[in-house]
Amino acid sequence: MAAAPESAGGTPGGGLIGWIDQRFPLTKLWKEQAAEYYVPKNFNFWYYFGVLSLVVLANQLVTGIFLTMNYKPSSAEAFASVEYIMRDVDGGWLIRYMHSTGASAFFIVIYLHMFRALLYGSHRKPRELIWIFGCLIFLLLMAEAFMGYVLPWGNMSYWGAQVIVSLFSSLPVIGGSLVEWIRGDYYIADATLNRFFALHVAALPLALVFLVIAHLMALHEVGSNNPDGIDIKKYKDPAGHPLDGIPFHPYYTVKDTVGIAGFLLLFSGVIFFAPTFGGLFLESPNFEPANALQTPPHIAPVWYFTPFYAILRAIPSFAGTQVWGVLVMGAAVLILFFVPWLDRSPVRSIRYRGPIFKVMLTLFALSFVALGVCGVKPPSGIYPTLARICTVVYFAFFLLMPWYSKIDRVKALPERLTGHA
Amino acid sequence: MLKSWVLITVAGLSAGVAMADEEGTPLLKSHADINNIESLQRGARNFMNYCSGCHSLMYLRYNRMATDLKIPEAELTNLMFTSDKSFETINSAMPPDAATWFGKQPPDLSLIARARSVDYIYSFLKSFYVDSTRPWGVNNLYLPQAAMPAVIETLQGLQKPVFKSEPDEHGNAKMVLVGVESMSPGSMKPEEYDQFARDTANFLDYAGEPIKQKRQSLGVFVTLFLLVFFVFAFLLKKEYWKDVH
Repeated sequence: MAAAPESAGGTPGGGLIGWIDQRFPLTKLWKEQAAEYYVPKNFNFWYYFGVLSLVVLANQLVTGIFLTMNYKPSSAEAFASVEYIMRDVDGGWLIRYMHSTGASAFFIVIYLHMFRALLYGSHRKPRELIWIFGCLIFLLLMAEAFMGYVLPWGNMSYWGAQVIVSLFSSLPVIGGSLVEWIRGDYYIADATLNRFFALHVAALPLALVFLVIAHLMALHEVGSNNPDGIDIKKYKDPAGHPLDGIPFHPYYTVKDTVGIAGFLLLFSGVIFFAPTFGGLFLESPNFEPANALQTPPHIAPVWYFTPFYAILRAIPSFAGTQVWGVLVMGAAVLILFFVPWLDRSPVRSIRYRGPIFKVMLTLFALSFVALGVCGVKPPSGIYPTLARICTVVYFAFFLLMPWYSKIDRVKALPERLTGHA
Repeated sequence: MLKSWVLITVAGLSAGVAMADEEGTPLLKSHADINNIESLQRGARNFMNYCSGCHSLMYLRYNRMATDLKIPEAELTNLMFTSDKSFETINSAMPPDAATWFGKQPPDLSLIARARSVDYIYSFLKSFYVDSTRPWGVNNLYLPQAAMPAVIETLQGLQKPVFKSEPDEHGNAKMVLVGVESMSPGSMKPEEYDQFARDTANFLDYAGEPIKQKRQSLGVFVTLFLLVFFVFAFLLKKEYWKDVH
């Protein structure tokens, strides 16, 4: 970004920028969103994951466009076209690995980003809408990732789609016709692949980008939370800028550059040295083309869905139907939307909360990871029991929150931010 | 900050360790090296001579293979049994109805190393054993009910199964197949055959992802660049943040 011209008081300067400013709020936008957007000065490590999810989103959009140029969304050609990209398209292997690794990276940064919000109470008033937009992004991202996983038309794509789509068939009355409507056929077939492609490359990314913009607009409207979870707008300098705030640009643009460089080191480490990540990011059975007559030895969704998949499997069938597992799994995602109202603590940040919240958050994080492991493993041995215990912990964290967050001891909040990282 | 890193690393590691264990007969270690070009060349020769009659590599082109494995033009034509055009993919000589001979169409092996693993191929090649109940008189330790005849038995020689008695869930003794051992020698010494299997597995690993070797060497440069970039980004951040107190 070129230096803004002298435009104190909003009068446009000269030159090209001035010419644009008279017609489009370029300098105004830049100032509002970056150069004069004041941000708490004590952001720590956890605050990188917001910008990193933007980086990964950009990566997915750009690499996705290039993949689309060579991918064939047809059940007869899809698998071979992916191999064509991997072998015959110049740099195709790199674009494909960036996209496939990006999918997993997206969930890693999003999960850590959401965990940051829980740590520091970033979802609390007045930031409830930011959180809700974020939850919608998460929901859409799961749909986007699921449909993207079907596109290579490997055997795991096929059977994963079969299992996930047929979950809807357990819904009473509408189940059967709903599944048929989703698939566009009586089984997972060419029609399914075609519509998943349309949704994956056009509808969902468009909706995602809009939601990300809404997420950021809402954030910039109320201002960022911080690790202390206190309001920085109470103490301002004569110019009206918060004393504990610094302009996003250049301070956080340079700081985020460091975070992005660190992230890219790990990201390219996976791309260049372990693109399948031991079968977790790209599963081995997906190197065999879709085969309706042969199931993979063990069907499991990709790792980022496994915590929810484990919850699904943890719920036993009851009254002759499996629908309860589906409903509980849906509830596990939907309950996230209510967190701003479930939390009744007088403070936002974990730094000033009492031991009960700390214990509950730790148990929640551990149970989420454990559910992820349970979902990858076949349902035998200790895993079904472990998944059930962790499902209870997962829901207890949210459902008991109105109670324990209220009675928990809290520490006195500081008046000003406590230093910066 | 350090605490968060430790937390994430521990969570990641524990998830990784938990996923490491797999059931089934443990695979033999192939010690194949994708950077060993001679091994890949020998593997290509082995594949063309012993495998390509039945198995195709439908995603690998002859000329791509020749370039990557530094096979001279004159030598390449010696390896091209099913085509005279070097831009074509490596097809097999099998008719489409070969399933009527074997009970199963011989599968394409382009991606076998990715769908299974290089160690799996090595183990598979070494583990045919005599089994009179099978149509071709052989079975495989790593692919029970294998439909493939032991076309390489002249090289390795015949092997017989080794059973061990183990109690089943009712406490009765049960014979469990645990391995194979040599019955009669083949035309190769055991070390020679190991090398044969290793080279072939290595070549199929290459065929599964022809870019693999280049991907890794490019990765080293990308990592070095990003390390330098990281240092400069960090210094720049430090400079800018001097005035934040």
